[in-house]
Amino acid sequence: MTDRASTDAKIKELIEPFNKKGVEVSDATRFAQDLEWDSLTVLDFVANIEDEFDILITMNQQAEIENVGQLVDAVMQLKGA
Amino acid sequence: MGDLFDKFQPLIDQRETLLSTGVTDPFNLVMERVVSPTVAICNGRETILLGTYNYMGMTFDPDVIAAGKQALDDYGSGTTGSRVLNGTYAGHKACEQALKDFYAMDHAMVFSTGYQANLGIISTIAGKEDYIILDIDSHASIYDGCAMGNANIVPFRHNDIEALEKRLQRLPEGAGKLVVLEGVYSMLGDIAPLDKMVPLAKKYGAMVLVDEAHSMGFIGEHGRGVAEAQGVIDQVDFIIGTFSKSVGTVGGFCVSNHPKFEIMRLVCRPYVFTASLPPSVVATAATSIRKLVHGSNKRAHLWENSKKLHAGLKALGFTLGTDEPQSAILAVIMPDLERGAAMWEALLHEGLYVNLARPPATPAGMTLLRCSLCAEHSSEQVDQIIGMFAAAGRATGCID
Repeated sequence: MTDRASTDAKIKELIEPFNKKGVEVSDATRFAQDLEWDSLTVLDFVANIEDEFDILITMNQQAEIENVGQLVDAVMQLKGA
Repeated sequence: MGDLFDKFQPLIDQRETLLSTGVTDPFNLVMERVVSPTVAICNGRETILLGTYNYMGMTFDPDVIAAGKQALDDYGSGTTGSRVLNGTYAGHKACEQALKDFYAMDHAMVFSTGYQANLGIISTIAGKEDYIILDIDSHASIYDGCAMGNANIVPFRHNDIEALEKRLQRLPEGAGKLVVLEGVYSMLGDIAPLDKMVPLAKKYGAMVLVDEAHSMGFIGEHGRGVAEAQGVIDQVDFIIGTFSKSVGTVGGFCVSNHPKFEIMRLVCRPYVFTASLPPSVVATAATSIRKLVHGSNKRAHLWENSKKLHAGLKALGFTLGTDEPQSAILAVIMPDLERGAAMWEALLHEGLYVNLARPPATPAGMTLLRCSLCAEHSSEQVDQIIGMFAAAGRATGCID
């Protein structure tokens, strides 16, 4: 598995406990509109992502991330930084 | 053509739905006459005030009022200018001296509101490349200060020491770091574990700013706040506060021991580009601050009120924001906005004013009836308040 594929798989695994509506998750899935996450859910989820990959995702960066694909790319970039 | 107001439509709809039930508009109450720090006439009815931040009841203190009247006579109604131009009068310097004495700190800077104090200090000291680590439940003025300075914002879960440390560990080496905390969080009335968090921030080389808006005058041996009460005030770089709570007027401030602090007067835009406070306001503030030093009896009575009301509401079956009373704020958690608004209105009919707080101002989408006690509430008034909650709670089905 490529590094992006394994990151993608891990992120989808971390989304699952917060995927209350059982939405099918793809790169295009949007956190606010499709998964219907509120700010507290986002905080919990982001904290899990940060702990898993030992990175920081600032609120400024979060504002730019709307869907799952963008998050995978951002995590890849932050891991490399 | 897009209407720029479209983005407010969900809120407009929610408000209209709420008001269509016939409930009194909770955000449009007029105080027709204010009788004392704890009583006003609202809708022609005598009403106990339990939703002000007049914790120490200073608004009608005779010395405070006399100082304001004298300043009006001596200096007129306003300065009509910025602090760095024609707007610094003797009263502004006297007010800053009162703050330095109150906190035993080297520097004090007075702003026109508490909101501007946070906006100004945070945006000025933390800029584009810097990191601000803050509690997710921080006040809007803190978030706005972060945004205005364009800093990198890193939130952590409310009052979670471990979450704070994890984020401190991950910050880039050598980056500018500011940890922003509050002594008392105004929505639930809970306090921060500053004794753990402040030393942790220092360990990772961050500067620390603590907003003590809701603790000044009340919490701590000298009323300096939660940082004083928990023994870490010497490690705090900046304390932000307001005059619109315990001090009993309007205005904001920052106190600090930082040796270069005075440069803030030239570089802080919300200080430079606004009119200074009217002389009567700084005169009332200075007098009030000097009297708060000697407020230990009032502090003791306010703690009694807080404990009594907390126990009384709990016994009635209400869910409160904290298990034990931690401040002068007690948040009664409502099941939803509709019943919260109904309860708020029922209390008003009983003759009690509290604050209705709703999302997005509240954590986790909660609807709260926020009660803030005053040192001037008598023990009998607290009994009356508990009785009013019992009646309103039963009438609206919030309790059995």
